Formats: sequence, structure tokens, C-alpha cells
Amino acid sequence: MSIDISQFHQVFFEESMEGLDVMEQSLLELDPESVDSESINTIFRAAHSIKGGSATFKFDEVASFTHILETLLDEMRNGDRPVTAQAVDLLLKSVDCLRSMFNLLQNEEPIDDNLYQDIAKQLQAMTEQSGNDVQIQSDNSEQSTIDSSSSELSRDSELNCWSIKFVPEPQILRTGNEPIRMFRELETLGELSVKAKVEKVPGILELEEDACFLSWDLMLQTESSKEIIEEIFEWVLDECTLSIEQISQSVSSSKDEAPTPTIQQMTKPSLDKFEDSRPFKDDESIAVKSDTAQIKSTSTTIVKTEDGQNDKPGKPVNSAASSIRVSINKVDNLINQVGELVITQSMLGQMGETFNESMIDRLKEGLSQLEQNTRELQESVMQIRMLPISFVFSRFPRMMRDLSGRLNKKIELVIKGESTELDKTVMEQIGDPLVHLVRNSADHGIEMPEKRVAVGKPEFGTVTLDAYHEGGNIVIRIEDDGAGINTERIREKALQRGIIHQDAELSKDQINHLIFEPGFSTADVISDVSGRGVGMDVVKKNIISLGGTVDIESEYGVGSSFIIRLPLTLAILDGQLVRVGDQIYIVPLTSIIESMQLKTKDLVSVAGNMEVFKLRDEHIPLVRLYESFNIKADSQNDQTSTVVVVEGGGTKIGLMVDELLSQQQVVIKSLESNFVAIEGISGATILGDGKVALILDVSGMVSRSTRAKSKRGVKAA
Amino acid sequence: MTKILAVDDSSSMRQMVTFTLKSAGFDVDEASDGQEALQAAKSCKYDVVISDVNMPNMDGITLVKNLRQLPDYKFTPILMLTTESTGDKKSEGKQAGATGWIVKPFNPDQLLTTVKRVMG
Repeated sequence: MSIDISQFHQVFFEESMEGLDVMEQSLLELDPESVDSESINTIFRAAHSIKGGSATFKFDEVASFTHILETLLDEMRNGDRPVTAQAVDLLLKSVDCLRSMFNLLQNEEPIDDNLYQDIAKQLQAMTEQSGNDVQIQSDNSEQSTIDSSSSELSRDSELNCWSIKFVPEPQILRTGNEPIRMFRELETLGELSVKAKVEKVPGILELEEDACFLSWDLMLQTESSKEIIEEIFEWVLDECTLSIEQISQSVSSSKDEAPTPTIQQMTKPSLDKFEDSRPFKDDESIAVKSDTAQIKSTSTTIVKTEDGQNDKPGKPVNSAASSIRVSINKVDNLINQVGELVITQSMLGQMGETFNESMIDRLKEGLSQLEQNTRELQESVMQIRMLPISFVFSRFPRMMRDLSGRLNKKIELVIKGESTELDKTVMEQIGDPLVHLVRNSADHGIEMPEKRVAVGKPEFGTVTLDAYHEGGNIVIRIEDDGAGINTERIREKALQRGIIHQDAELSKDQINHLIFEPGFSTADVISDVSGRGVGMDVVKKNIISLGGTVDIESEYGVGSSFIIRLPLTLAILDGQLVRVGDQIYIVPLTSIIESMQLKTKDLVSVAGNMEVFKLRDEHIPLVRLYESFNIKADSQNDQTSTVVVVEGGGTKIGLMVDELLSQQQVVIKSLESNFVAIEGISGATILGDGKVALILDVSGMVSRSTRAKSKRGVKAA
Repeated sequence: MTKILAVDDSSSMRQMVTFTLKSAGFDVDEASDGQEALQAAKSCKYDVVISDVNMPNMDGITLVKNLRQLPDYKFTPILMLTTESTGDKKSEGKQAGATGWIVKPFNPDQLLTTVKRVMG
């Protein structure tokens, strides 16, 4: 029977990636001073599983790499090798290396030897520093392949006759080994005759029901070699006296058969010597040694992989086949709610059969129950997509460790609210912006230790990552007790770069927000960590594209906080329904600042090409939605129109609509996958009456309006 | 039908073992560690148990020891899935009461041959 084991590859990849995460986390928690044996065990187990799996699924590069890793870990686990900081570093590098290997495998790309040989060589060197014998001892995969190949090699086609004396110890049955099954197995090799010897069977009084007092003499005529016969007794070698003796050779030209005596007595071998009495011991160690030699020789010719290349956290490119794990609780809950829904449905169905007016109250009750069921079900389904944010946070301890090393700073990372749950899609996309912000805090925020001590701060800087729910949002705070933002310098820099005008009056907050402008960097020295001025604008863009916002709180000399607010999910949105003519549009509630009746006296036309209206002290551009979408509004009279003031990308605009309708949660359907992407529209939804309504993308509307107006030139309001 | 309990903390290995055995017509239950396996074994009588050695919560060796204490599992074939073909682990398994072992890496055919070897 042949089974295609490639169907398990994806599961293997996923679990290996998880295993690597576990390894990394445990490695980071490992304190070389006092090593916790359980964490070493956990690390070992993860490496061991990856090795076992990769060998089974024939990922030889991974298998041979993890094999060296495992050897090292095994020594640490047994206490034969101290856990040094250097070893931890190397193990962490190996984790990175394995991650990249899995990424390649997942995308079905070949693994370049250069990717891992360098680290393999270092690991190898470390294992060779002491206890060479361990390496050979735990060399399992090689050994087993040698076992099978060697028995295959020595298989010859001559028919031999073997006399087998098998004297099991009484307790043999207690390990589930049944002699009759072994004989059955022997029978498959050739002609077998069995003679049971009963002389050791005691009297009825001493007879134990679960002990074996029989022994056997067997004669086997077979073409198979002695090794094959021995293999059948492999599991009971330590519980029996076995002799296998060749008594005749039908054709005597066997060249493979050694002239040495073929009797191998195994009289109660002590357990630790068990291995020594196995055949091929010598060949094994030679084979293993040559294998090691091969690794060494290839690794001397390789090009050194660049350090930075391995430091990038692996990110799976192939996201198409991604899956999520859901706790049984969530699924049970869901099933419960579906059950409730079915009950309500049948109740309503029954009512429908014999409906009369007197039942109207019960109908209403039923419908409100249905509404509740639906809402609960919706929440539970959303829950399934929710994952704890620790999935993202878990990469930071490692990153901080590397960063503080590279920057020569002393930084402590505090992580809070790891169990806060977040939609998986949001999670996947928030990772990179977070990395950037954390890196930024470490690089620009936290000062050098001497400087910190000089200003009376503790030597160790603290970066705090916190996540919590607030309203319908999740808030992620990245806080540092570093230097804070120098508002004056930001202003100078912005002036220098022409981002702001000399006479622009900006609040402290507004100035701080300038760091999110493209091409803005205030780092005096551009380090390899950050400071090239790419990124902060991308950070902000990414967060906004997720429907979130980012804020800064900073006090010069005391520290800064970046506060990211994100919607809990991308699938559902709280929307304000607005009507323009016969069309209904949805404005995301989070972007609405206020709505008001437009007064003609507030309407001004500045510089000719921009229509603005005055809201208290501000002038805000006006976008007439009926113009934007080229539809007919009820009245194009400014008097009766309502203006919804929205903010997107830091700019406010007023959307002119006919009427404000209700607020409701809408399910977002992608316009891009069903139609085409349109600037200013983020998607569509289906309303209660079956009509399709477009969801406005506020930042898109803003950029669209500014561009359109400047192109169009003067147009009378 | 022969009932087999497959125990491994690695779900890919477990799935492969289960799939192989199921397609050979066996009835297979899964457990992800020793503790889970012991629970399962107490509530249902399995004809063969196949277990990994290195597992969290309860490792394979402890599982075998515990199983052999149960009257129902006194003679039940228990196979260890092990990469550790060194004498150490094998004999530790044997001492705990394991019937035999399957050395990783193995392919589905090897698994089936070995399982059939210990069946009644």
C-alpha cells in the first residue's frame, strides 16, 4: 500500500513553526546562571519533534540540521554541557535559520546549502568541544538507515537452514510480546518447524498464569540472512536466551557470510551493554564519522552568510493555505448558539402555521429572541477569528535582546495584556508597524546607559508594550521612558524640509505628528536599526489602512508613548447611513467628528478653486457627494443640506448629504474582489432591504477631493 | 475491528500514523500526550497502543508504566515511536513494559508491517 505523505506537509510546517516559536521563547527565558530543566526539556522536545517529522517527510536538510541541534540540546538536557550565553546565541540563530528553511520549503523552493551550513558548522564545532561520543550515540537516523540498508545488502539468495534456540524469560508476556507472533513472523521467511520444550513448566501449584515457562527449538529454511531473523527477536533480546546457528548451506558460495562463528549468545545481557552486543556497531560509528567529515568538508567551502540576513523574523509568504486553531470552548459555544437559533426558528415556524392577530406579542418576542441569537452568533463567529495578541508580541523579547546588544543600551521589555484578542487579519498586518515602533523606541527613545544615569534615570530603560480593549477598539501602547520627543527639533526639521511653513501655527501634538510625514527623520546618526526616515509614514499608512489611528503622547526628557487604536475586526463596521438622492452611503462611524446643518453664510470660496466652509475657527473643504458620484440629489440647495464632518489622514473634510439615516453595524463585502477597486470607496454592504450600499473610504475621499479640486480650477459654488 | 490508540504530541506525525492505520482498515483514536492517552485507555479498550516517547505532560515511558498497571493492558502490545534507537531509550521503554519500537523516520509501509507483527 502506498500513502502519499505529502498531504501532511502543511500540518508539519505549521507545527514546526509553532515549535520554533516555543524554542525561541524558552531560549530567551533561559538564564545561564540557573538553568531550569523543564525549559531545556521543552526546547529539546521542539527540536526533537522537528527532527523526527522532517526525517519522516524527507526534508533531509532540516533533518540533518536539527540533528546536530538536538545532539547539543540533549547534552544540555542531561547536564553534560553547560548552558552558556554563547550557546544560547547560537541556538537562537539556529531557530532563525530553521525558520527560513521552512519558509522555503513551504513555498516549495529549494534550500540553498549556504543558508544553514555556516550555523551547522558552528553547532558542529560546539558539539565537538566536548563529549564526541555523545554525537555518535544519539545518531539515530543514520543508524536506522544503516540498519536497514546493511541487512538488505547482506541478503543473498541462497537457501540456508538455521537452528534457532529460543528460551524466553518468564516475564516476557508482560511486555505484550507473544512468542507465537514471532513464529508467525518467522514463517513468512521460509519453512519453519517449531518444537516446544516443556521441561521447565512447573507443577500446577507454582504455575503463574502470566508467566512463560516454555522454550522452543526452531528450524527455519530461508533465503533471508541472519540479521533478518534477529530482527524478529529484536524486541525481546534482553528477555531471552537466543541462539541462531546456521547448520547447513545448500549452496556454499555465499561471499557475504562472514567466516566467523555465527552463534551469538545473548545471555541476560546487562541493559547498558545491550547496544554493544549488536552487530554493525563498528560500521555505524565509521559511517557516522564519515558523515560528519562530509559536513565539515562542505562547510569549509561555503560563503559566509550575512548576519543580518538571518535576523529577519521569518514571515510566511504563502498565506493562501493558512489556518487557525480554535479552542474547543469557542466551537462548543457556537454549537450551543446554533442550537438556540434552531429552537427560535422552529418556534417562529410553528407560529407561522396558525398565525392570528392575538399572537402578535408572541411574534415580537420571538423576533427579538431571533435578533439576540443572531447577534450572539455573530459575535461568536467573530471570536473564532480572534487570536491573542501574544502571537505578535512574542517576537519582541528576542528583538529587544538583539537590539539592546547592537545598540549597547540596557533595555528591559515589559509586555502586558498579551491575552487581548484581535482579529487574525488585523494581527497579520499590524506586526510590521509594531516592529518599527518598538525599534524606534529602543533606538531613538531610550538613551545610552551613561546618559540615563547622568540625568538621574535608572540605568535600564524600559519599553512597555500593552494591549487592551477600549470601546469597540483594541488599543496597543508602546511606551518608553526615554528622551521623549524634542518638539522644537521636529519643528526645525520640518521647516528645513519644507514640510511646514515658517508662520504655521501648530500645536505640540500637531508638531509631534509630523514625524509620520514621508521622509522625516531626526536621528542625528543613522544607525542600521532605524533613522533612515523610511518607515514612520509607512507605519501610519498601514495603521490607517486597517481602519486604525495612531497617536503620540510625549514629554521631553520623560518618555514617549505611541498609541495605536485598531478596530477589533475588519469584517464588520459601525457605520452611519447617509442618503444622497436615492442612494445610501455608509460613513465609518469612527471617522465622523460631527454633523451639522450647513449655513450659507459659512460657505466661502477661498483661492477660487477650493470650496470651504467655516466651522467655528476652522475652514474645512466641502465635498458635494452628489457631484463626486454624479447622481441627482434631492436639492442642491446648500440651505437644506447636512454636512458630515469627517477626518481622514489628519485632514478634515465636510461631506454634503441629503439626510442622516440610522447608525448600524454593516458587514463589509470587498468591492475589489467582486468588482474593481475605486478610490474613495472601501467596500460595499447589503442593507436590510436587500439594496447594496457603498462604504465610503474617508482618507480616499480626502485625497480624491484635494486632487480633483486643484485640477478643476475655478468653479462657481 | 482492531482498535488502535495513536499517541504523539506532533500533530503531523499523529495524523500520518492515524491516516495510515485507518486506510489499512483499523479503528484509530488519537491522543496528544501521555495523560490524554491514559484517560482514553481507561475509557476504552485498545488492542494496540502506539506512542511517541518525548511528549509534554506525560512522556511515553511513563505512559507505558501506567498502562501496564491497568488490568486491561497487561498484555496489550504497546509500540514506542522513537528516534532514539540507542540502547538507552529502547531498554528504558522495554523496562517500562513496551512491547517494541518503531524507529523514526519510518514510512507508512514500515508502520503497517510493524503493527501487523504485534496483532493477535
